[in-house]
Formats: sequence, structure tokens, C-alpha cells
Amino acid sequence: MSEQVLAADGRPLKSSLNRALRRQKMRALMLIAPLLLFIMLTFVIPIGQMLFRSVENQIVGNTIPKTVAALAAWDADQNEAPDETVFQALFYDMFVAAEAKEHTKLGSRLNYEQAGISSLFRKSGRSLSDIGELYQDAFEDLNPAWGDGAFWFDLMNDNGGAIASGLMIQQRDRLKRLTSADISLDVDFALRGDIAQALPLTAQQYASWALYTANVDNDVIAEETPWEAVYAALADDLRDPEAGARLAAYDGPGADSLLAALAIVPDIAAPSYKDAFAEIDSGWLEPRVWQTIQTYSPPFTPGYFLNSIDLEQTPNGIEWRPENQQIYLTLFWRTLVMSLTITGSCILLGYPVAWMLANLPARTANLLMILVLLPFWTSLLVRTSAWKVLLQDQGVINSLLVWIGLVADDNRLSLINNATGTIIAMTHILLPFMILPLYSVLKTIPPSYLRAAKSLGATNWTAFWRVYFPQSIPGIGAGSILCFILSIGYYITPEIVGGTRGVFISNRIAYHISTSLNWGLAAALGAILLAAVLLLYWAYDRIVGIDNVKLGG
Amino acid sequence: MSQAGNSAAFVEFERVQKSYDGETLVVKDLNLSMPKGEFLTMLGPSGSGKTTCLMMLAGFETATHGAIRLDGVSINDIPPHKRGIGMVFQNYALFPHMTVAENLSFPLEVRKMGKSLREEKVKRALEMVQMGDFGGRRPAQLSGGQQQRIALARALVFEPELVLMDEPLGALDKQLRETLQFEITNLAHDLGITVVYVTHDQTEALTMSDRVAVFDDGRIQQLAPPDELYEKPQNSFVAQFIGENNTLDGVVQEIRGDTCIVKLDSGDVIDAVPVNVANVGDRTLVSIRPERVEFDKSRLQEGAHTLKAEVLEFIYMGDIFRTRLRVAGRDDFIIKTRNAPDQVRLEPGQQIDIGWLAEDCRALDA
Ligand SMILES: Nc1ncnc2c1ncn2[C@@H]1O[C@H](COP(=O)(O)OP(=O)(O)OP(=O)(O)O)[C@@H](O)[C@H]1O
Ligand SMILES: [Mg+2]
Repeated sequence: MSEQVLAADGRPLKSSLNRALRRQKMRALMLIAPLLLFIMLTFVIPIGQMLFRSVENQIVGNTIPKTVAALAAWDADQNEAPDETVFQALFYDMFVAAEAKEHTKLGSRLNYEQAGISSLFRKSGRSLSDIGELYQDAFEDLNPAWGDGAFWFDLMNDNGGAIASGLMIQQRDRLKRLTSADISLDVDFALRGDIAQALPLTAQQYASWALYTANVDNDVIAEETPWEAVYAALADDLRDPEAGARLAAYDGPGADSLLAALAIVPDIAAPSYKDAFAEIDSGWLEPRVWQTIQTYSPPFTPGYFLNSIDLEQTPNGIEWRPENQQIYLTLFWRTLVMSLTITGSCILLGYPVAWMLANLPARTANLLMILVLLPFWTSLLVRTSAWKVLLQDQGVINSLLVWIGLVADDNRLSLINNATGTIIAMTHILLPFMILPLYSVLKTIPPSYLRAAKSLGATNWTAFWRVYFPQSIPGIGAGSILCFILSIGYYITPEIVGGTRGVFISNRIAYHISTSLNWGLAAALGAILLAAVLLLYWAYDRIVGIDNVKLGG
Repeated sequence: MSQAGNSAAFVEFERVQKSYDGETLVVKDLNLSMPKGEFLTMLGPSGSGKTTCLMMLAGFETATHGAIRLDGVSINDIPPHKRGIGMVFQNYALFPHMTVAENLSFPLEVRKMGKSLREEKVKRALEMVQMGDFGGRRPAQLSGGQQQRIALARALVFEPELVLMDEPLGALDKQLRETLQFEITNLAHDLGITVVYVTHDQTEALTMSDRVAVFDDGRIQQLAPPDELYEKPQNSFVAQFIGENNTLDGVVQEIRGDTCIVKLDSGDVIDAVPVNVANVGDRTLVSIRPERVEFDKSRLQEGAHTLKAEVLEFIYMGDIFRTRLRVAGRDDFIIKTRNAPDQVRLEPGQQIDIGWLAEDCRALDA
């Protein structure tokens, strides 16, 4: 048992020490605070967000919330399109989404999972108002007041009674989730409680419309005719078997008009929502579409990650993607193998150079070092393009080989737009990253070790292999980690010289970021790449020991 | 140099020259011949070419000119690993990634020796340097002296006949150095190996060696056993380099067989042994060891020349007294006397006469 040691002032020595160290740590923290902040803002947070995208899937629930809810009860295994309730929900969801022009985004998102959905959504968005218009025309024929904004406003707005504030808040939230537009404005409208009870759907749609019109279109609610979905909602409300009883209990403004409308509703010739959607595009009747929507309803999805390794979610569980769409595993594997090849050739080419640099007199070594660093002074693009010139079929290298007679003129080597091209160009570009750490380690190995080994009877090779080489492993490790990590994420060079067979996973990530705009998949691929690098780093640490990595000294 | 060309020579340098840059000779005309079993030390100031000589012998540098022979065979064209010469480096050069035992086993492995034999030899070598328990350690876990012992054991484990050591004790403190000096000489004699030892510590050279080669300016200035080197330096460099030494400038006045008379610049006249002065009228540097100076007239030869001296400083050093005098216009003349009961302690300011046996005073090149 050790007794507690006290400092001169009587406090325990340990806490005194901690206090002193804490002050030091704080000061150190202050010094790096600006950098830390910079890194947080420009690196950690964006990357965190990016990685978050790889699982985030809120767009489905935000754009078509009612449909998602209605679809929950649908049994995908039946292999039949869902029933009218789902289509009805889809109609109202899509209507608002189409007004806010958000439905195409959802279409694109779902299109990643199933080709063709994008056009389905785009097409439907355009035709939704036609469905509502049928009802609007019917009501206006009955009573032109239905086309009057002020009439609607009277029907819905507060007149001193109870307020259905819950419904308003709900609609506001739904709009906020749907669109990035500002929906927070206080509108000059409050939904009355009794009308919300008598016409629940209509009240919902009207509230939604009112909020949108006032906030986004900046119109006066009382002067505008509501959008068609409100008329459809009115018809749906009046078709409800309970509608008669509800209206009987209602005695607010427009009660008579509503009763009149109730009377004509059965006569309105309008197709069901399901038929209407099927009319727009028969694709809506395909169970496959609904399966996809159902699968991707939750706010978070493993779907992007599954796609990244050529799997997909289906109603039957996780399955391989169709053979012709499996590309990512191949790409990951190729990236790994080629990065290792590049690292290996960097070691083979760099070691002798580093050795020579380390053993030459300082003056000559410095001069040669400039040659090693020279590539850093030219643009990466220029260097890569130069390889394009050198390696192409009619390029310098092929011509030289033909001229020497090593290669037949009609049988020129294809050195570019394939893996060979990528390996050659990347080896060249990454070579300094191997030579520099290697050089700085070799420089610290005194020549006396080699001499000692030889004096003990070792041949040149044995002396090198048994004595010199083991001491240079930290340098090889440092260079390899550097080269490998750089090459595994390399993008420009494979893009230029890699053709289709020599591109890396990073090229695919870039494609999804800037061309296909499938950021979720790009994020998932990036996350996997990051995890792979960390895994390899960890493995290296376990096998060689990260303490054994030296960048010099 | 009497042994040069001797047929019994084990190591032989013949007219060896070495230049690194093709402009200056670092080693100029080196002739050296060692019999088997000799402990020879190369002693000299920094940059005098000692390491270079050793490296040529080990095969890491090639001689620009001349022949190096080992056991009568010219080794100019034999690569280092075939020379079978053990070597101890100044920084030990123990392989850091191997344990002590692996370090020792390395020369045996490259000689394709069987495992059990290897282990036995390693064990014996470690015991020889009293490091039997350290086989499993890494060099970095050893102290300087322990590393030195291991380096020595490694150079000896494959039983070479010739071992080269380049300032092996340079990095150690005085006490450890003395212990190891003793151990190294004992080992060398017990094993009967021939050793070429490089140092610039003259005490080390004098205490350890059979013969010492004093290097300066790429040449061997004198090659002799320690006592001869100290008492009979062949030139003024050796006289000044080895031990403490009083020097006086003068001109040779008369040479009479094995003595000569030198007229000092102060006008005084003294007796000396002519070592490398040939003609009357040559300038000379006269060298007298401080402990050979007498101020007791009764102990001097009849008719010997004496010099007037004034005591400047008396230093009590325990076993000896060290007295600084002004002699012949110089005030750095030192005499050393033994601390004995009857010994006189000189007082500063005292005027005395000093003299010496003519054979202790050597007239050397100026
Ligand atoms: N590799 C080399 N290239 C060029 N000149 C060298 C080289 N090695 C030694 N020299 C020069 O040769 C001369 C003799 O060097 P050497 O190392 O033999 O001296 P040394 O007697 O061992 O000195 P020290 O006691 O300082 O070790 C020095 O002037 C040195 O500058
Ligand atoms: Mg030296």
C-alpha cells in the first residue's frame, strides 16, 4: 500500500500535479484552437454530414407521409397493387408535393432503386390537377360561390368559436418537412373547429393550401380560389357515409351550400383514384413500384450500403443485384489490388533510389533530391496528360518499341485506357511519396552496420538482407501507408488514363456526386473506402506496429 | 621497422598509399609488419589516417598503391567478408533488430555452422566477456560498457586470427575504460590473437600494446614498444605527443660520438644525445622528461653542464610534486619529483641549478 504523497501546501501531490498539467493542457488547447475550429468547420462537419447521407432516407416520409402510413398495412407478398386508400393518400401527398415541385426529387431518389420510377412521378405530378378539376367543375356548376375565395375563407376561417390549432400545426410541420421554402410566416387564417370536424379532409387540405399560398406565393388567402385537391377532399368528405350526420350537426357558415353539395356528390362522374393513377401511367399498378416505395419508407436505410456491395433490399430480404448491375465489389477489389500493385512497384523502384540518395555525398544527394521533388513542381494534370502522350498506341513508347523491333507495328501494346496505364502513371506520381520517407529512414542507418556484417563474414547480399533491410522496414512501412492510402482514393489519374478497366472506386464516387447526383450511394461508397483504409491501418498496426513507422529522424 | 619484409610477418603493409580525392594522400608510404599474436596500437592525432589504415586492412577501402598482405597472401583483391578479420567498431555497430545472442550467432550462421554448435559458441563467447545472462536482450537495453563487451564477443566468436578495433573504448568513462583495457589485453593474450588497435588515448596505447605505431600526417612516426617510445622518442613529434615533455630550442655545437653539445638560444650550453641531428650548426629541439631533471648537484655526473633556474610555482599532487621553473628564458619548464620523506620542496622564488644525464636529453629535429 502506498501512502498518499502530499505536496508542500498539504494537498495530495497527485491533484496538485493534475492541476498544473491541466493548465498546461488548456494552454496547448488554446494554441491549436483555431486549427481545430477550421478543421471542424471545413472537414469534420461536412464529412460527417456526407457520411450521414449514406443512411439517411427521410425524403420518402417527408414527401408522401400519408402514403407511407397507408402503405404500412399493404402486404407486398400479395403481389398486387395496393387498394384505393393508398392511392387516395398518394393523391393528396403528391398534389402538395407537386405544387412545391418536390415530387420529382422523390422520383429521382426512388429511381436509384428501381429504374422508371422517376418518369412515373414526373408524369403524375403534371396530371393531378385534372383529377381535382372534375370535382371543382361539378361544385362550381352547382353553385358558382364554390369558385370564390372569400366564400371558402368564410367557410373555414375562425369566427369566434373553437379553433382547430392542432391540425394547423400538423399541416405546417408537414410543409416544413416537404419543402425548403420558409413556412414559418404567421398567416391571417385560423381553422375553425366545427368545420374541421364536419369536413376533416377538406379542412386539412384547405389548411395546407392556405399555409402554402400565404407563405410561398405571398397571396391573400381570402382572395384566392383553393387548389383542386381541396375540391377533391370536399367530395371525399361528402362521400363519407357519416357525412350526412356530420353536416346535420354543423350549423356554421355555408351549411346550406354544403348540404346542397352533399346531394350532388353521388352524381359526379369521376374515376377512383386508383383508376385515375392507372390512367396517367399503368406503372402505378405494378406491385414492384409499391414494393420499392414501401421498402424505402423508413427514415434511415441500409439500402445505399447494400447497393455499394452489389446487394439490394427486396420484399424477400437482401439479395444480390442483377448480374449486369454488379459493379461495386469488382471496383473495390480492383482498387485494392491496383493500389497494392502501385505501392509494390513504388517500393521496387523507390528503394534503390532512396538507397543511392542515402549513400551519396550530401552535395550530390541534394542535387538528386531535387530531381525526385521535381514532379511536385509540375501540375498533376500536366504529368498525367504527359503519360497519355507517352503511352498511347501511336505514342512515344510504342513507337520506340516498334522502332527497336521489340513489338510489331500492327501489334502495338495498349498501355493506356486500361489498368496498365493507371498503374504506370500512378506509380510515377506516387514515387516521391515512397522515396522521401524511405530516404529519411535509410539516412539514419549508419554504414557501419553493413561493414560490421561484412566483417563478420556476410556476403553483400546477406549483409543487406539480414542487417540493412530489417532496419529500413519502418521507412518502407511509412512510404507504403502513404502510397497506398493516397492511391486508394486517387481520382484524377485513373480518370484520365484509366479508360473503363482502369478506374477506381473513387471515380465512381465522383460520378455519383457530380453526374448521377446519387449522393447517398456516393457517401456509402466513401464510407466503405474510409472503413477499409482504417481497417488496413489497424491491421498494419497489429502486424508491424505503427510505432515502427518513421518519417525520419 | 627492422621487421619489415620479415618472412614471419602475419600482417604486412608495404609501401601503402591512400588518397580519397585524388589530390591529397591521407596515408603516405606506410610500411608495417606484425608477427602473429602481437598487440599493436595505432596512436595519433585526429585525421592522421589511423581509421583509414584499419579500413584498408578490413577491406572497406582499397589502397591506392602498395600491397597489404595477410599471412603472406596479398589481400588487395579479397572482398571483406572473405578476409576473416574480426572488427570492433567505435560505435559498436551491434545490429539493433537482433538480440545479443542473435548478434553473436550471425557470423556463425553466415558460415553455415550447425545450430547446436552455434549456440554453444555463443554461450562461450558471452561467458568470456562475462555477459552470460544477457543473450536475450536487445543492444538498446544494454549500457555502453555492456554493448562494448558484446561487440568484442561478436568480433571474437568466429575465432578470427586477426582482430581490428577502432577506438573501441572511446565512448566510455575513465574507470570503465581501464577495466575493459585490462580485459581486452588479457583476452587477446589468452586467445593468442593478433590485434590492431586504434586509439588516440596515449595511456591506453602505452598500457595495452606490445608495440605502438605513432601516426602523424599519414606516416608512422615511430613504431616501438611503449617504453622505448616514451624514453627514446625518435623525433620531436613523438616526444611531444607521448607523455609530458620539456623542450628547449638550440643549435648543435659539437657532436662527439653518441653525445653532442647544444648551445641554447639563451646562450647556455647543455649535453644531449644526438637522435636525428646530423651536422654541427643544425637547429635542434632538445627534449627532457620532467622526471629526469635533477636539481641535486650530487646526483649529476662530474662536469655535466647545468642551467640556472628560478622556481615559479610548486604544485602538490599527492604522489608527486610538480614544479614549474623559468629556464633559459622559458617559463614552462616542468620538473616532477617523487613525494618521498627526504624529498626537498622547492619554494617559489628560489634560485636553483638543474641538470640531467646526457642520455636523458635528446636532441631532435627542430
Ligand atoms: N570517406 C572519406 N572520404 C574522403 N576523405 C576521408 C574519408 N575518410 C577519411 N577521410 C580523410 O582522411 C583523413 C584521415 O582520416 P581517418 O579517418 O583515417 O583519421 P583517423 O586517424 O582515424 O582520425 P580520428 O582519430 O579522428 O578517428 C582525414 O583527413 C579525413 O578527412
Ligand atoms: Mg578514426
